[in-house]
Amino acid sequence: MELIQQLVNGISLGSIYALIALGYTMVYGIVKLINFAHGDVFMVGSFVGFYAITVMDLSFISALLISMFTCAIFGVLIERIAYKPLRNATRIAALITAIGVSLLIENGLIYIRGAQPEAYPNNVLPMDKLDIFGVSISSQSILILSVSIILMIILQFVVHKTKIGKAMRAVSFDSEAAKLMGINVNNTISATFAIGSALAGAAGVIFGIYYIKIEPLMGVLPGLKAFVAAVLGGIGIIPGAMVGGLLLGVIEALVSAAGYSLWRDGVAFIVLILILIFLPQGLFGKNKREKV
Amino acid sequence: MTTLKNSKGFWLSIVLALIFFGIMQFSISSGMLNPFYINTLMFIGINIMLATSLHLIIGITGQFSIGHAGFLAVGAYASAVMTMKLELPFIIAILAGGIIAAAAGMVIGIPSLRLKGDYLAIATLGFGEIVRIVLLNIEYVGGASGMQVSHLTTWPWVFACVMITVIVIRNFTNSTHGRACISVREDETAADAMGINTTYYKVAAFVIGAFFAGVAGSLYAHNFYIIQPSNFGFLKSFDILIFVVLGGLGSLSGSVLAAILLTIVTTFLQDYPETRMIIYSLVLILMMIFRPQGLMGTREISTLFTHKKTKGGKKDGSHNTVA
Repeated sequence: MELIQQLVNGISLGSIYALIALGYTMVYGIVKLINFAHGDVFMVGSFVGFYAITVMDLSFISALLISMFTCAIFGVLIERIAYKPLRNATRIAALITAIGVSLLIENGLIYIRGAQPEAYPNNVLPMDKLDIFGVSISSQSILILSVSIILMIILQFVVHKTKIGKAMRAVSFDSEAAKLMGINVNNTISATFAIGSALAGAAGVIFGIYYIKIEPLMGVLPGLKAFVAAVLGGIGIIPGAMVGGLLLGVIEALVSAAGYSLWRDGVAFIVLILILIFLPQGLFGKNKREKV
Repeated sequence: MTTLKNSKGFWLSIVLALIFFGIMQFSISSGMLNPFYINTLMFIGINIMLATSLHLIIGITGQFSIGHAGFLAVGAYASAVMTMKLELPFIIAILAGGIIAAAAGMVIGIPSLRLKGDYLAIATLGFGEIVRIVLLNIEYVGGASGMQVSHLTTWPWVFACVMITVIVIRNFTNSTHGRACISVREDETAADAMGINTTYYKVAAFVIGAFFAGVAGSLYAHNFYIIQPSNFGFLKSFDILIFVVLGGLGSLSGSVLAAILLTIVTTFLQDYPETRMIIYSLVLILMMIFRPQGLMGTREISTLFTHKKTKGGKKDGSHNTVA
């Protein structure tokens, strides 16, 4: 029973990773950039949600929506200011810029409001224990899981059934050809950043409610782990990011359950290095030969 | 003719460096320099070693590694164990720090060779974090609370190590092996086609870079009274990366200059860490947008005085210009 409880915890944590990983994977798929600042967008989303709930006294759903909206704008701003001038630069230059943006957001926020942590109020969502077959599961984890699943279903719908989703898939497949077909590549890239960042914002609010404590550097580790999740599922592949995130959450929970909770943060990176060595295309990826 | 000219400049700079060492040694022993400046001086030395060792990996061989603090940590802890637990002399600790870090460089280098660009960056970042977490969990070296280390690093040690590092990396770069590494940076596939053993040179760059990072780690550990795993997080790796990027990817003197400059800036902004990081990050972003080749590009200081043309190229060797 203990094991099942840990699995439920792992899936809750994994759904947060999955939401962040989706942003990584979409951005990587479309501009081939590891957006290091994505973890910090997640952090900003968490703070926006916190202020929406405590200062503006809003409910969970409206805080979630405000946070997603703010993060979407924030993500587009980052893309337009920092990444767009580097569209034709080397990959390394873009990667270094992404690191710079990440450091700037973290330290900018520390500069504005200080490094002290905040605590999410614990009455945002009802705290009931549900008893299912002898396993007690908090209603929070179920709500969190359902919110994540709903967001992922909406994302699937957007990517596969709408015009902008079609444009996104086209640009990620071949941006030159997409441009020739009359797709506005710049707007499509901005839309990708907006959607990815909105998901990260939602993940931030959910994280805050589930783990209570938030601080300006909280985005670093979940961000890196979400990247691991994206690589695990095959980077650039949307269902891969979902599965990768859930899998990583479960692996971490199992490692904690086995009594190695101090090693938990290391496991993600060991998974990363193993997957990069043995299955670099990820679980869902297709193996591509590099052509000269 | 050119070799003679080059070696003349080489010996001249060594003489200048020795004179500088003498002046500093005199002012330290006569008490003219207060401990704050002495400490800054040592930090500059350690940072020069870190910057040049990463320069060999990123700037010369083009392998984008952002886990350099991992090697630093391995060197620091290995040497601290040597002096504190096994009570060996400092020189052996320095060498052991370097050699064990070099072994770590080989361990991370060989599997990472299958990776390129972004993936390699992330894998090295992961390696750095794994080192930190492993150290955090070893009780023998104190876990999270860290390890007491006696203060053994002195100016002559730092100076000697910096000189050796810079000379070895300079001569390596100018040798056949160095040119092979540069060809890997410029275009790995073409280098391979020309019969260069790219795997060998990539591992070699990792091992040499890690060795000197480990030596720097020994000096770093013995310059503090305590070392903790949290000193070696990825922020430390980014600090080192900024030296190399600011100096110019591919310029040895550039990374030395950037290390000196940024260490001084850091010292003055010690009380305002956020301001320092904001400046660092803005430097990174603006640099990449307006001058992606860094302050010096691939040029060296000596070429500023002669009118020799140097050819630079793209650093990651890829022709993919998306993003």
